[in-house]
This record gives sequence, C-alpha cells and structure tokens, in this order.
Amino acid sequence: MFKAFDKVFTLENILYMGKGALMALCIAAVALTCGLILGTLGATGRNSRHVIPRTIANLYVTIIRGTPLLLQILMIFSVIPSIYTAITGKVLRIDPILIGMIALSINSGAYQTELIRSGINGVDKGQWEACETLGLSSWKTMKLVILPQAFKRIVPPLISEFITLIKDSSLISCIGAVELLKSAQVLGADYFEVMSPYLLAAIFYLIMTIVVSMIGAKIEKRLAVSD
Amino acid sequence: MIKVEHVSKNFGKTHAVNDVSLTINKGDIISLIGPSGSGKSTLLRCIHGLEKIDGGAIYLDGEKMDPSDKVKYRKQRARMGFVFQHFNLFPNMTVLENCTLAQIQVLGKSKEEAEQTANEYLQKVGLQEKKDSYPNNLSGGQKQRVAIARALCMAPDMMLFDEPTSALDPEMIKEVLDVMKDLGTQGMTMIVVTHEMGFARKVGNRVVFLDQGEIVEEATSEQFFSNPQSDRAKDFLSKVMYD
Ligand SMILES: Nc1ncnc2c1ncn2[C@@H]1O[C@H](COP(=O)(O)OP(=O)(O)OP(=O)(O)O)[C@@H](O)[C@H]1O
Ligand SMILES: [Mg+2]
Repeated sequence: MFKAFDKVFTLENILYMGKGALMALCIAAVALTCGLILGTLGATGRNSRHVIPRTIANLYVTIIRGTPLLLQILMIFSVIPSIYTAITGKVLRIDPILIGMIALSINSGAYQTELIRSGINGVDKGQWEACETLGLSSWKTMKLVILPQAFKRIVPPLISEFITLIKDSSLISCIGAVELLKSAQVLGADYFEVMSPYLLAAIFYLIMTIVVSMIGAKIEKRLAVSD
Repeated sequence: MIKVEHVSKNFGKTHAVNDVSLTINKGDIISLIGPSGSGKSTLLRCIHGLEKIDGGAIYLDGEKMDPSDKVKYRKQRARMGFVFQHFNLFPNMTVLENCTLAQIQVLGKSKEEAEQTANEYLQKVGLQEKKDSYPNNLSGGQKQRVAIARALCMAPDMMLFDEPTSALDPEMIKEVLDVMKDLGTQGMTMIVVTHEMGFARKVGNRVVFLDQGEIVEEATSEQFFSNPQSDRAKDFLSKVMYD
C-alpha cells in the first residue's frame, strides 16, 4: 500500500506539503475574516425591523446552508468568469485560490450569520431595557453593551468554524487550487502512489486542527475568567 | 407631575392594565401594590415607555408623552430613572463605568465630569470603595444600590422602581430600602412597585392597590393599612401581613 513511503517522506516533499498546509490555513483565515463581516451584516439584517434586509439575509442563509459547499465552489468558479466575459467581452483568468477564498467566505458568512445572531440574542433582554431607560440609542446600545457581551459567546463557536474551514478548504482542490490536498495529489501523481501523500496530508490537517483547538481552549478559559 | 389617563395595555387577550387613571404629584412616594399578575410592572413600564400603551395617554407636567415626537419624547423619558428587579447592570463594565457610560454617551459629559458625578452618587449609596469592581463580584444588595446610583447619575427628577428588593436575600433588603428612603427624604418623586409592606407604610405617602389590571383602591398609606375599604384589599392584606 505504501510502496513509495520512503521516497515520499523526504524533507523536500514535507516542505512542499507544508506550503500547502500554510495555504490551507491562509484560505481558512481569509474566509473566517470575510465571513465575520458578512455574518455581522447578515445578523444585523436578520434582526432588522425592516422587511427588505430581513428577507435578503434570510434568503442568503437559507440558500447557502441548504446547498452543498462543493456545488457552491463549482458554481462560483464558473459564474464569476462568465459574468466578467458577459460585461467586458474579455476572458478572465483568476487564481482558483482566490475563487476558493470567495466561495468559502460566502459560505462561512451564512453560518456566521446564525452564530452571531444567536450570540446577540443570547444577551439578556434586560440589558437593552437598561440602556433604553438611560437614554442610549439602539446603535450605541448594540456597540457598547450588547456586542461586547455577545462576543464572548461567539468566540468558542468561531473557533470551531475556523477548524471546519481548515478542513473544508480541501474542497477547493477540485477547481485546481493548490492547497494541502492538491499538494498531496500532485505528489501522488509524481510517485504513482497516493496513500503516502494522503497520510502526510492527514497528519498536517490534524496538527493544524489540534493546535487551533488548543489555542481556542486557552482563549475560552481566559474569557471565562473575566466573568 | 405625571398624569395617567385611561391607560390600557393588552398582551394578546390579557388585559394587563385596564383603563387606569392616576395622578402623581411632585414629591409623592407612591407604592404600587397588588397580587402577582395584577399589572403593577406593566403599569410602571407603560409610564416610562418601556411598553407601548394601547389606549389612553400619559402627561408629564401637562404635556402628552407621544412616542412619535421623538426629540421631545426622549427628553421626557430622560426625566425618569428606572430601577429593575434584576438590576440589569452591565457585566462587562466596572461599577464606575456602569455609572458613567450614559452620562458620557447621552449627556455628552467629559469622562472627568461623569466620574465626579458617579463618585458622588456611589458615595451616597455607600459604595464608593467598590467603584472598580465588576458587578458579578458584588452582592445583590450592592448591585441594586449601584443600579440606583447609575439611574441617579442621569439627574432624573423622578424614580420608578420595579420590585427593587424582590431578588435579594432578606438580609440585604434593608440596605436598599434605606437608600430609597433617603432619596424620598430629599424630596425625590418615586413610584415603587413593592411587596415590602413596611416600606409602603412608613416611607410611602400613598398606596395604589391594583388587581387584574385595575386600580381597586387608592389611599394614603396610613388609611390603606389601618382601614382598607375594598374587600380585595382587605383580603390581600390579610394574606401578606403577618401579625
Ligand atoms: N411581555 C408580556 N407578554 C405577555 N404577557 C405579559 C407580558 N408581561 C406581562 N404579561 C401579563 O400581564 C399581566 C400583568 O403582568 P405584570 O407583570 O404587570 O404583573 P405584576 O403585577 O407585576 O406581577 P408580579 O408581582 O408577579 O411581578 C400578567 O397576566 C402577565 O402574565
Ligand atoms: Mg412585576
């Protein structure tokens, strides 16, 4: 099964895979950050008094959470260049990594919408009322009183979202983005044996997810102390 | 100074407050009492505007409180401080920050000015040494005193209390009532929803007895406790007074 084991596990190949792992981490970090922005907008929309932002946010969450991520990646991969071609008449070549980042950001934004919303709604209603009786506007209430408290509840699920994104970044290998899984496949093709590179990729994914969850546990502990 | 005229508030089919009229004069200390679910909190919240009224009107110094006239309405509400049963302090801020937040953000005071005012009122409620503590490190009685100080920092000219001592351990009730009594002595107009009959009797000057969303009896404290008129008030007092 591991015919090319000793040939694959060389320093050079491990460094090559390490680069892929860094790319996966980078993609996940970008998606988490952009998703946080989209998620904040989405949560604001979903909690809005007005119908239009509420409807848009609801549609966004329903569509993204109701369809497979792989399909979303493939669709964005073909939709963006064809829109560009339709508008400018030119052919667009974008880095598949960039497409992957966009797709994962949009996807994560929908999940983060729900996560942020439940964090905000989990803050005691009495906090809103206290601010109201003190004359604070609802925007200032949100910014100064609610969000800082919601943040504490949001951090732990955000960390799991980051772990999910690290793993899900592997899906963009299907559009040719050279991240960790794709790197393994490239090596597999070189040595006519996939098991050893896959094993190496699994080890890298595990290291990343374990380290992130350990950091997460530390952060959670620190947040709990200030309660 | 406050005139409540035929105010009603429904929650679905529940008539929480039903056609209530009430006048509160400057310096009054009104105790709102009545059985659980009689609409005491709802009435108090309607007066402050935390609940939108379904009928009637509320006047402040002769001027109607109208939520659609936003600027004026905000100024009217700012004249009333509100103290909650569960304190509703901001857990992410120190005692001092709890007291200065709205002064800075709403009244536009500088941090120094706001802290000076906060210190003054914290001293008044006996908690100046706790100014750098977080609410979760305070006892219930201390939390409620901070909440009172926080409301006072906004310089209201009347204070509304919704069962300020109901969430407290018995040994902490007095420290909060003492603060409220001091306020009353200094001439603060107060409306207090309470189950503390001793407070209603000794500190309050008038009692409004509610049942099923309606005012059943309104009298001076002395009259109400020594000689209640309605059967429902008699029945209520026989249940809550132990003597
Ligand atoms: N937000 C709400 N939604 C639905 N019903 C409510 C709401 N608030 C109050 N009610 C109902 O209105 C009625 C009056 O409630 P309210 O809280 O004013 O009573 P209360 O006199 O303050 O009682 P307690 O002594 O238990 O605090 C009750 O029947 C209550 O169930
Ligand atoms: Mg009540």
